[in-house]
Amino acid sequence: MPEPIDSTNREHEHGTGGDRRRLLEHCGLALTAVIALVMLSFVLLYWLRDNPALANAYSQFMIAGQWFDYYLGTNVFQWAFMWQSMATGVLIGIVAPLIGTFLVHREMALIGETLAHTAFAGVAIGFAGGAVIGWSGSPLYAALLVGVLGALGVQWLAERTNTYGDVPIAIMLTGSFAVGTLIISWGRGQRGIDIEGFLFGDLAIVTAGSARMMAVLSVVVVAVVIYTYKQLLFITFDEQAARVAQLNVDAYNTLLIVMTAVVVVGSMQVLGVILVAGMLVIPVAAASQVARGFRETMYLSILFGQLSIAGGFALAISQGLPSGGSIIVVAIAIYLLSILLSSGRVTAMSMH
Amino acid sequence: MESARTNTTENGGSSVTPAVDVTDVSFAYGEKPVVSDVSMTIDQGEFLGLIGPNGSGKTTLLHLMLGLLEPDTGSVSLFGEPVGAFDEGERIGYVSQQSTNRGGTMPVTVRESVTMGRFAHAGHRRLTSEDDAIVEEALETVGITELGDRLINQLSGGQRQRAYIARALASEADLLALDEPTVGVDAESRDAFYRLLDRLNDSGITIILIEHDIGVVTDRASRIACINTELYHHGDTESFVESDALAEAYGATGQVVHHDH
Repeated sequence: MPEPIDSTNREHEHGTGGDRRRLLEHCGLALTAVIALVMLSFVLLYWLRDNPALANAYSQFMIAGQWFDYYLGTNVFQWAFMWQSMATGVLIGIVAPLIGTFLVHREMALIGETLAHTAFAGVAIGFAGGAVIGWSGSPLYAALLVGVLGALGVQWLAERTNTYGDVPIAIMLTGSFAVGTLIISWGRGQRGIDIEGFLFGDLAIVTAGSARMMAVLSVVVVAVVIYTYKQLLFITFDEQAARVAQLNVDAYNTLLIVMTAVVVVGSMQVLGVILVAGMLVIPVAAASQVARGFRETMYLSILFGQLSIAGGFALAISQGLPSGGSIIVVAIAIYLLSILLSSGRVTAMSMH
Repeated sequence: MESARTNTTENGGSSVTPAVDVTDVSFAYGEKPVVSDVSMTIDQGEFLGLIGPNGSGKTTLLHLMLGLLEPDTGSVSLFGEPVGAFDEGERIGYVSQQSTNRGGTMPVTVRESVTMGRFAHAGHRRLTSEDDAIVEEALETVGITELGDRLINQLSGGQRQRAYIARALASEADLLALDEPTVGVDAESRDAFYRLLDRLNDSGITIILIEHDIGVVTDRASRIACINTELYHHGDTESFVESDALAEAYGATGQVVHHDH
């Protein structure tokens, strides 16, 4: 039974170098978690800042922001609206690659794009409908509802056509965008609509309410992924075997696609409808180039996502550029780097 | 569960519940019948070779047995339970055709993929050190412990199939269903792979093997089912070799694949 096993390569890869790499990843993740907690606590403090018990904590937070700006020579951290954008960005950098890791390897990468366009129709409905019924809340709530309905629609189509084929996806994508444009055009008379912000992404359209929504959605998505990690991994890797093992594959597929809609809607304000899928896909593609396992793919995706967000924000704020484009360009730069990094390893592999 | 295991078959022959019981099963894709009126019983501990020409409905029949497809008419039970109500997924290890899983593209280590065998047991709880020990034992049994940290897509075809078998072992499966597991695997690794299957069968695991190489099946399997939409033969290997089932089943549609070992 012994097959010739070439273990030299493996030992070479997994010596102390592997340990150092793992340590580095864990440090990066821990740092990400700390930053995310700071951001979540800002959102919470801002929300409850009128509560006398927390008012002091909030003003201390903002004073710390002023010190930040003083030492870094920036004009960012003293402003509450910047913190709202940053909080949203940091959370996008966690949940988008997290969900994307499953989507990419289920070969459902364009689902995110489709749901973004569906959600765009939702934004349009939110604006126009809000004007009609006199409600001035964030159109993102309408986008969330329409996005989730769209997700269920895509899943319904996929179960009936037995595939996430590109034809139903293309129909869904263009169809919902078409409906969105019609509603926008009709609604322009009703209320001034800043649709460009939602198309290309704009830090300025992140409101306290939408940052709070993203905070809640992110906590829920991370909790659900932790709770169902094993099931999502199994259906992603081998759907038939997962079915035989009596996992409720259709239910987990639906869960995954609904979470995608949720993440897309939360990310839309910063990334824009057209670019939102990039954050689901590009960090994961970069991570898949260099990772040595699925869990590591997920960790690296999140780290690359954070780097893209940080780099993109720096670029957008310092140069006055749209945030969506900046973030995606940085993400693609990381992707290209990961290809360069891994090309040595790939050639070594193909020589076997 | 206890009652399910002590059920007797309808013909009263055996007191042990059969692993798989297929009764008058038919299945069609649209108008085209793929499996027609097939009945067969696979007893626990059996090593069944399922053969037939290309497009004969072997994979469809296997999918019907495992509940991946629902028959148009007829019924299937697994370990005495109707397949629709069967919920002990961990008792079945399924190794699909290579093309249907993501082992080729997804970065998953061998140990991660074998650990999936524990998922049906674990549900939403955390994996314990006991789960880890069972995974290590499964890797050891199929002889790929050294490859545990490698990516599945870096393995040879034979090593990869071992990893999938190890996943079934980690799930402590009683029934192992394999769909052409050695396509694209070199002859030497293939022999080693079938010796491994023999050992697992000797330890009491029921095996259903779809295989296009009839030589392998007649060498290894204790019983043979030969189908081409209809069931042409189901019985022990000796009677199959003596019968004309092979020529009849393959007669119209295909070429017999013979390998001399």
